[in-house]
Amino acid sequence: MKGIAEFALDLALNRGASYADVRVAYVKSQAISTKDMEVACVSEGDGFGLGIRVLVNGGWGFSVAGKLTRESVGKAVEAAIEAGAISAKCMDMPVQLVPEPAYNCRYISPHTIDPFTVSIDEKTGILIACAKLAKKARRVKLVEGEMQFSKEEKLFMSTAGSCIEQTVISSGFGFDAHAQKGNEEFQQRSFPNSGGQYELAGFEVIAKWNPFEHAERIGQEAAALVTAPICPQKNTAIILAGNQLALQIHESCGHACELDRLVGASEEANYAGASFLTPNRLKRYRYGSEIVNLVSDPNVPGSLGSMPFDDEGVQTKKVHLIENGIFSGYLTSRETAHKLGMEYSVGSMRAESCACMPLIRMGNVSLEPGDAGSLEDLIADTRDGILFDTVKCWSIDSMRLNFQFSTEIAWEIKKGKRTRIFKDPSYGGITHRFWKSCDAICGPEELIYWGVPNCGKGQPVQTIGTAHGCPPARFRNVGVGVAMSRR
Amino acid sequence: MKGGNNMLTRKQCKSVIDYAVKYGESTCASGVEIALSDDNQATARFANNGMTQHISPLSNACAAVRVIVNGRQGHILTEDLTKAGMRQSVDCAIAIARNLSDATTRAMPLVRPNKRTQALQRVKSFDRSATTIDATERGRVVKSIIEIAKKNKLTAAGVFSAGEDINAIGNSKGLYHCERGTEVECSITMTGGSSSGWAKSTHWQYDQVDPIKLAEIAVRKAKLSRNPITMRPGRYTVILEPSATLDLLCFLWGGLDFTGTGHIDGLSCFAGKIGIKVLGDNITISDNVYHPFQYGNTFDEEGLSRRKVVLVKNGIIQRPVMGRRSAKTMGGLPTGHCTEQPNVVDECPINLVVEGGDTSLEDMIASTERGILLTRAWYTNEVDANEKVITGMTRDGTFLVENGKLKRGLKNMRFNISLIEVLNNVVALGPAVLAAGEESAIGAVVPPMKIERFRFSSTTHF
Repeated sequence: MKGIAEFALDLALNRGASYADVRVAYVKSQAISTKDMEVACVSEGDGFGLGIRVLVNGGWGFSVAGKLTRESVGKAVEAAIEAGAISAKCMDMPVQLVPEPAYNCRYISPHTIDPFTVSIDEKTGILIACAKLAKKARRVKLVEGEMQFSKEEKLFMSTAGSCIEQTVISSGFGFDAHAQKGNEEFQQRSFPNSGGQYELAGFEVIAKWNPFEHAERIGQEAAALVTAPICPQKNTAIILAGNQLALQIHESCGHACELDRLVGASEEANYAGASFLTPNRLKRYRYGSEIVNLVSDPNVPGSLGSMPFDDEGVQTKKVHLIENGIFSGYLTSRETAHKLGMEYSVGSMRAESCACMPLIRMGNVSLEPGDAGSLEDLIADTRDGILFDTVKCWSIDSMRLNFQFSTEIAWEIKKGKRTRIFKDPSYGGITHRFWKSCDAICGPEELIYWGVPNCGKGQPVQTIGTAHGCPPARFRNVGVGVAMSRR
Repeated sequence: MKGGNNMLTRKQCKSVIDYAVKYGESTCASGVEIALSDDNQATARFANNGMTQHISPLSNACAAVRVIVNGRQGHILTEDLTKAGMRQSVDCAIAIARNLSDATTRAMPLVRPNKRTQALQRVKSFDRSATTIDATERGRVVKSIIEIAKKNKLTAAGVFSAGEDINAIGNSKGLYHCERGTEVECSITMTGGSSSGWAKSTHWQYDQVDPIKLAEIAVRKAKLSRNPITMRPGRYTVILEPSATLDLLCFLWGGLDFTGTGHIDGLSCFAGKIGIKVLGDNITISDNVYHPFQYGNTFDEEGLSRRKVVLVKNGIIQRPVMGRRSAKTMGGLPTGHCTEQPNVVDECPINLVVEGGDTSLEDMIASTERGILLTRAWYTNEVDANEKVITGMTRDGTFLVENGKLKRGLKNMRFNISLIEVLNNVVALGPAVLAAGEESAIGAVVPPMKIERFRFSSTTHF
């Protein structure tokens, strides 16, 4: 890999690039899905390629080689140089980058069991056993299961002298139980989260989550939802379970702090949008209550968004996005950091694959634990409220202000106890008002890094995995039941 | 292995497929299917009146290898199309199939060439002029858009992309198809101090995508919506431009609702309702790649020719699109909408056509005493699959209509609305056009619509 990457960099410099970086990757993947007690699909994949990014006269160009031959890579370099030169003619100001040291290092994400050494039978057996348990509930009509594993070996080299090798293994799984009363409406419950739970780990992640212990309960909850009352429309205290709070953080903090949304009218104005967290608000704007600390830390072992180096060779750094409730930092690239007058980038550039140009993306954006104890302690401390669990539907405006979420299930809380369940629960609000209403966060014993494998951004859309560590938390006076109102 | 422009040629596709099929047959697989695809879609992204990314890929070739051994199937995706690579992929797929347990869904036998695999009608999807769009042309287009923005003291952001694709499928029963296409896309947002406007077009023909016209539309919307006011949440008469129609209705055809699998599993909102009138009299929806405004591949992922399928006729739910497995369960013949196999969902509609009417957008506005016009929707998502309730925000051109005129811009609003309710409250339809949106992965032929009692549940700050 290194030889062909060096060839690409040398050629780029010879053709007039002032800077170039190359990513060469080999990716192996496996996807398994089951439908009730049958194996529906087993698919494996391998992919490789080289992506070259160049700066020519201050303009970005990018191209991809599908084969690692000198001929194929040479053509890609020429295409990237041509694209960069054209870019430069369509810009008033050339791109400038904050400095970054050169690195020569190697990283392998922690894992115990290489998922590709485990038999397909063992994997499908787990999903089928979960389906059997979930289907014990009378109204459960269908259980779908899924496992996905990938191993990416990636080399980053740049004309600044970096040579970074990263091997990342990710594993994930999940299952959904669909219940129906006769031919009437259906409801769904999922475990560990809708869309599954994904971690930078090996096959051991499955045993860690112990799906057999939860499958029967998930089936029962799906069945119970079919006849449950709908979530009422009112203002009340809400507790968000960690799997839902993760997405709340993702949408209302992670994306809102991506600096490319704040450069001028936003570099993502046509699709992903902008953000209300403008640079003039940095270090002074009250985003949340004093107990709210939201941190980007791309170096959490096992968490899906971890990456010691980003896709432009920057060593990633921990940064407070919100500190004691005050908006405090951004996720950056070398280019946007320069535009904001920063001395360095915190390292947030990521690409879906080496065939894509990197964008500013969150890795692990997490809520620091508080002192409210366990989830059961927090429920006991809540006189009147609703507990929301497991992501179902999400939406937020293009400035990251007006949001609305639905979860698969909710429990009414009365006098400190979970009582009846509600179907179709939803809540909504305005980001800064919502986070200011946060009055309790559970302790470190409830901290889980929830993997969100399907974050989309860019044109064409790039999908990557992110993660959010968060214990459950409580928010006061929130509008609930807003989505299904007939009014 | 690649042609002069680095894309796979028809001849190369045939050669790779023939080799892999022959190799598979020689290694005891009872069925081998190879699907090849390649594209070179190049993209120029711009923002803040400058080019921000310029991506010039040369090829993106990959193969899907499916083998059937004793009724079980193994599936491999690979980017290594060399002889050694294809041999290895076939061997791996056979190993997967052999190692599958008794619990595995039995594979349908591969499709044999027959009447239903023959081309029904040619669909033009390839434009040579689109293949000539190079880096210089992309730069010229982006520059012209930026000039319009600057002239109007606005900021342009967006994307201009173009490229070609090739898809081929062949199997050990003797089936073979190969189709080429092109795609040109231009999407533009113009931003001012307090407002923005957006326009987008996607087509296989370059001369059907007019970046200057799109830029001017986006400018007009941005200027017209300056200093927007807030409307109270509530129910309003709403006029949807075609892109907004697409942004909403894509939730009907993007999931399971019009699929055989959805009907069989009971997860379609129309399950058990075939033959029943669920939507308004004026709603007719088809999947029809042969519609004059549609384009794309005329064969599905197993090689069956796509059929026109009427999904809703004057509000009455019709039979869904079906793959071979669904057709076996539901009765009837497969419709040529099979997904790549193996898959938990057997089929999906892809060339949607919603029949239009003869009320122009201008007439809809002129006949509206008080209402809201939507250019596009943003971050739409499904709240409830049973009643097809979706939520989302308005964006980049939301206008108050008063006394038959576009009065002024409105601050954006959140909607929560059942699509079934929407399609029972359509009071006027305009001529259907090939619409492009940002919420839907595929375009569709849809009309502008005027809808009564559209529910907005909250507002936002801008």
